[in-house]
Amino acid sequence: MRGGLAAKVAGVAAVVAVAGILIGFYISGYLVGNTTPFRPAAQTTSGKTSVNLVLQTVAAVGPTKAPHPDWVSYLVRRPNGQWERSTIYTLPAHALVHVTIYNFDGASGLRNPFLGQPQGLVGKEVVDGKPIDAFPPDQPSHTFAVPEMGILVPVAPVSEAGEDSPKACGYAPCALSMAHRTITFTFRTGKPGRYRWQCFVPCAAGFEYGFGGPMQSVGYMDGFLNVV
Amino acid sequence: MTEAAASTTPAPATDHGKRFLVAWIVASVIATPLVAIFLGDHLPPGNGSAQAHEQVFDNSWLLAIMTPPGLFVVMFLGYALWTFRNRGTVGALEDGPPIRGNARIQTLWMVITSAIVLFLAGFGSYELVQSGAGGGQGPTAAFQPAGYQKALDVQVIGQQWEFTYRYPTYGGIETPHLVLPAGTLVRLHVTSLDAIHSFWAYGLGVKADANPGVDNIVYVHTKDPMQFDIRCAELCGLWHGYMFDTGHVVASGRFTSWIKQQQSYFAPVSKYLPPYSTTYLPDPSQRAG
Ligand SMILES: [Cu+2]
Ligand SMILES: [Cu+2]
Repeated sequence: MRGGLAAKVAGVAAVVAVAGILIGFYISGYLVGNTTPFRPAAQTTSGKTSVNLVLQTVAAVGPTKAPHPDWVSYLVRRPNGQWERSTIYTLPAHALVHVTIYNFDGASGLRNPFLGQPQGLVGKEVVDGKPIDAFPPDQPSHTFAVPEMGILVPVAPVSEAGEDSPKACGYAPCALSMAHRTITFTFRTGKPGRYRWQCFVPCAAGFEYGFGGPMQSVGYMDGFLNVV
Repeated sequence: MTEAAASTTPAPATDHGKRFLVAWIVASVIATPLVAIFLGDHLPPGNGSAQAHEQVFDNSWLLAIMTPPGLFVVMFLGYALWTFRNRGTVGALEDGPPIRGNARIQTLWMVITSAIVLFLAGFGSYELVQSGAGGGQGPTAAFQPAGYQKALDVQVIGQQWEFTYRYPTYGGIETPHLVLPAGTLVRLHVTSLDAIHSFWAYGLGVKADANPGVDNIVYVHTKDPMQFDIRCAELCGLWHGYMFDTGHVVASGRFTSWIKQQQSYFAPVSKYLPPYSTTYLPDPSQRAG
């Protein structure tokens, strides 16, 4: 009788533990979006370290980049030229990071117009070769923002004409022959640490206030900079 | 065993009740002032603002008042464990006489606990009325501290996932940093652009919900220059845990130069900011298409 009860309790405990672990895996998997960290190669010239990070932003991540084909996303270009859905970037500390973002997405606009001004950069944000001081609030498609580092970069949208043209890219990966904007900027990493970055534009189509799904998931519109 | 039989048992050699009561009263009389005097200054949230200081005062009182009841519980447990421990004598595992209720103790218990609770209710209400105690008071603050007409207005805007700040008396300038002048009464207007956040400036003793479409007013009187932690205290989405920042109280001269510097740095975006308002209902509320 006693042994039966103990076995029952142990059984219930085991089931609860397994369920808890599975739920934990599900939630953490959802939050990190099954994304793997990407580490761009660092160059050191005359003692100064720098890296290049090439990203693209797309309205839909596409069936080859499952599990959410219709989610808006950032992608990163691997050295082999392949576009990978990753938003966790490992970067050297106290280094210059030269970022290029090819944006294939249209305008969504900011809830807070204040976030339309690039901040915390080395030099200016450049869009298609032109330096930009601030965007009107209805313009940005996305932002690349690292609040803890004081970095904010609004991403210029593809024009309406571009969105309606046959060269519009519906889903990733998008070739550079498709309609896009080219955003370049440079920032400096500080001391080592794990810094989150995010998009501030309510760009998640079909979600309440445009702020659900990909806006709440690492691997789409959120990520980490692992500064090492 | 019947009651008659119980009453015939010989009286115990020591009156444990009296002995314990005396020890407890002596310990309380010694410990309570010590706790209030020596622990009081180390209680949260520190001395960063008039409101924080008031909270330390309140916390000292609470801790002092709970010292005698706390001692009672711990001492009673300790006394019982020690005095009535099993000494290994044969037949020691015997039940004591049953307790049939004690009107005096029950009355005393109810009177004392009611008195403590009623006192705390009065004390807490009085403290709250002084200046709002650093809490959000909603759009029409009922508890205005002296000199509130001249308070510096600063708006706190919560959004997923960052607080930004506007200074209406300085042209409505918006910045991602909270800097306040020292020795100044500040009226914070806490609001949100999306989900419910909560603005918690721990070192200032300030905590106020940030609701979309609501102007939640908090008064805080800054003291000397200091740094303070800012956190979001309402689960608000993916980066809620990263919604932190460091605020600064600076000398008034430095505050003026800081504001000027922010005005010039954020000049490009200032033409796109909406006119200052106590709340905002921003577009786009949803992505088109
Ligand atoms: Cu976005
Ligand atoms: Cu929040």
